[in-house]
Amino acid sequence: MLLIITVILCIGIIISALLAIYLNNMISIVISAGLSGLFASVTYVMLAAPDVAMTEAAIGSGLTTLIFLYAINKTKCKDDINDY
Amino acid sequence: MLKKFFAALALFIVAIMFYDIASNYQERQQLSGVAQYYVEKGPSELGAANLVTSVVVTYRGLDTLGEVTVLFISAAGIGLLLRRQRDDKDPSPQKDNAPCSEIVDTAFHLLFPMILLFGIYIFVNGHLTPGGGFQGGAVIASGMMLYLLAKPNNTFNLQLLKKIESFSGSAYVLIGALGLFLAGGFLDNRVLSLGEFGSLFSAGLIPVIYVLIGLKVGAELSSVLTKFRDS
Repeated sequence: MLLIITVILCIGIIISALLAIYLNNMISIVISAGLSGLFASVTYVMLAAPDVAMTEAAIGSGLTTLIFLYAINKTKCKDDINDY
Repeated sequence: MLKKFFAALALFIVAIMFYDIASNYQERQQLSGVAQYYVEKGPSELGAANLVTSVVVTYRGLDTLGEVTVLFISAAGIGLLLRRQRDDKDPSPQKDNAPCSEIVDTAFHLLFPMILLFGIYIFVNGHLTPGGGFQGGAVIASGMMLYLLAKPNNTFNLQLLKKIESFSGSAYVLIGALGLFLAGGFLDNRVLSLGEFGSLFSAGLIPVIYVLIGLKVGAELSSVLTKFRDS
């Protein structure tokens, strides 16, 4: 049972990482990159590493996502606004 | 064409490396030498109920100091890159940001104190339960992130954050150096008495060091977030 959940979570990491590569919308890319961090943090809990899971959840999926969003917001060009 | 060939070649090399690792993999039946030592001697030597903490803060304390230094350098680099260009003009930030939505504002008032308290709980209890200075500091910084999102026109006192950061960073190194004279070596936690195993005031210097690391990481990440928003 534990193995099945872990495998499903790992598939979730891979899918959200692929989404982050292949999507076109900047906001969706950042959100799916954060989602892969969230899946990774749950995987760490399943693999009995709660210390690492806390760091990953707070930094990998929380702070990094927000910093990317701020950076995208600051560097947005008026010409290609349809890309975002 | 050449690009694809090199990409395929790189993938092939990685595949060979991973095949080697995967084919030789067998599950360990017992811990390796140094891990065995930590598990057997850690609780009695250092008195921390959370064994990870005694490895991270004391046995491998120098690595943690290195991590803290890396974080400090990256925060300083971000501060250098995103420094304000318009120091000669009115230093007050622009006050025309749109207010946040009702949902974020309500959630902020409900959750902000709890997130801060949880972060402090994590680093104060780092030697007893999972978590520690980095984790607690990151949780505090995510609470500050909620503040920055909910109050677009307010900002933190960056000078105060800088003072907290430099105080806790230098206190960490000084306390570590104290171990050279009063205990076994640099960052040894047996400067204070080990106390009763499993109680809040136990494990010597580990809670003190974790409180300092938590304050430092929280202040650093909050100032990085503030600079990213206000630059």
